[in-house]
Amino acid sequence: MQKRLLLDNQLLQITIQRLCQHLIENHNDFSSVVILGLQPRGVFLANRIQKVIQELEGCYVEVGYLDTTFHRDDFRRRGIPKKASETRVPFLIEGKDVILVDDVLFTGRSVRAAMDAMISFGRPKKVELLVLIDRLHTRQLPIEANYVGKQVNTLASQYVEVGLKEQNGDDSIWLMNIEAE
Amino acid sequence: MVNEYRSRMNQLIKNNLLGIKELSLEEIELIFETADNFKDVINRPIKKVPSLREVTIANIFFENSTRTQLSFELAEKRLSADVVNFSSSISSVKKGETLLDTVNNILSMKVDMIVIRHSSPGAPHFLAKHVNSKIVNAGDGTHEHPTQALLDTYSIRERLGSIEGKKVVIVGDILHSRVALSNIFALQKLGAEVMVCGPATLLPKYISALGVKVELDIRKALNWCDAANILRIQLERQRRSYFPSLREYSLYYGVNKEMINALDKEIIILHPGPINRGVEITSSVADADNALILDQVENGVAIRMAVLYLLASKLE
Repeated sequence: MQKRLLLDNQLLQITIQRLCQHLIENHNDFSSVVILGLQPRGVFLANRIQKVIQELEGCYVEVGYLDTTFHRDDFRRRGIPKKASETRVPFLIEGKDVILVDDVLFTGRSVRAAMDAMISFGRPKKVELLVLIDRLHTRQLPIEANYVGKQVNTLASQYVEVGLKEQNGDDSIWLMNIEAE
Repeated sequence: MVNEYRSRMNQLIKNNLLGIKELSLEEIELIFETADNFKDVINRPIKKVPSLREVTIANIFFENSTRTQLSFELAEKRLSADVVNFSSSISSVKKGETLLDTVNNILSMKVDMIVIRHSSPGAPHFLAKHVNSKIVNAGDGTHEHPTQALLDTYSIRERLGSIEGKKVVIVGDILHSRVALSNIFALQKLGAEVMVCGPATLLPKYISALGVKVELDIRKALNWCDAANILRIQLERQRRSYFPSLREYSLYYGVNKEMINALDKEIIILHPGPINRGVEITSSVADADNALILDQVENGVAIRMAVLYLLASKLE
């Protein structure tokens, strides 16, 4: 299988640090900011971002988890349904600045579903999107990220494999070719 | 709890939910896991998800029901499905239409799934054979009531942590109870030990062939168990006398506070409703903290959402 390294262990750390710096620049006070990680891997990123912001700024940002399974628009269209994960938003997002966090931005449909799921917990003042990898020219919906770790040109026949430590990976991100069988 | 390894299945094998007997352990666990997610959904400020917004479900009730029908209807609405209700008391069934004709007429109106309750055992199975739709059995005569058993076992699992190795007694009118049969299957598949308890006339003759213990003494049964599921006396199904009087039944088999206090351990109490207070259970028992009766009702919506969601995902 052909594959190309997008981010290695060290670059991933630097990228997360940079994204956090960017967040700090745009939000001088995190008191009305909450982070929502999209299941599954956005959750791990959200936790890391929370930790880095705490180290850099000394402030605690609340983190929630959003699962988009029941809000997806491809239910019954993609064969076997995805299994739902936990949604945990133990705070109100009414009037808050919400930062949605996901690993890869591809078609934009997950983010649309996430915004749909998010609305169940109130009306945020502002919603921003942070992604680690932005796959260019693949969007099916008018959705763009505010904070991007790395932009990559990809083909539809490729996919991005994210191996985070939390899932027993080695913190590296690869672009893989789906082999024709 | 994030991303822990869970059951390997993503989808039910069966196309219909006709009974617990046909379900595998993995399928039951998948329903429970999905219900966990939906229980979370129904406790949010906005209790609704859009998953089934293009699905139409008909609730066809040939037998009276308040709880089950309401629970199914809420589950359907919380999944954003379109719902039509039908009850035989106000329908053309009274004019002589057959079950199959009734259902085919409903399906011609582009209904995707059918939830059916019928007084004849096997009615949902018959439909599943003859119509191309997803069928959910909401109780067929004295045969099965699968969603009730799922919510009962789900409630026990929620309170006691797991079902495996637990001892559960089902008390009362076992002979006429579809809840009892479905519960026996569900509990056994999940690894519980099951006992039935009631007057000998209300226990089916060969019930022990199902691998359940039989006990006639309610006090002994309660002493043995971790959880007691207390059933209503189904007078509407009893075509002859099985015991001298309700008063006498209540005297021998009615669960009261004094019996519970006499136990040297705490047990949990379930009741599928409707409760006849003072007959099979006294108010002091039904309203105590260790009674899961209202949890059962809440869990019923989550379980039914899970079942409908999983079956709908198989619609073409």
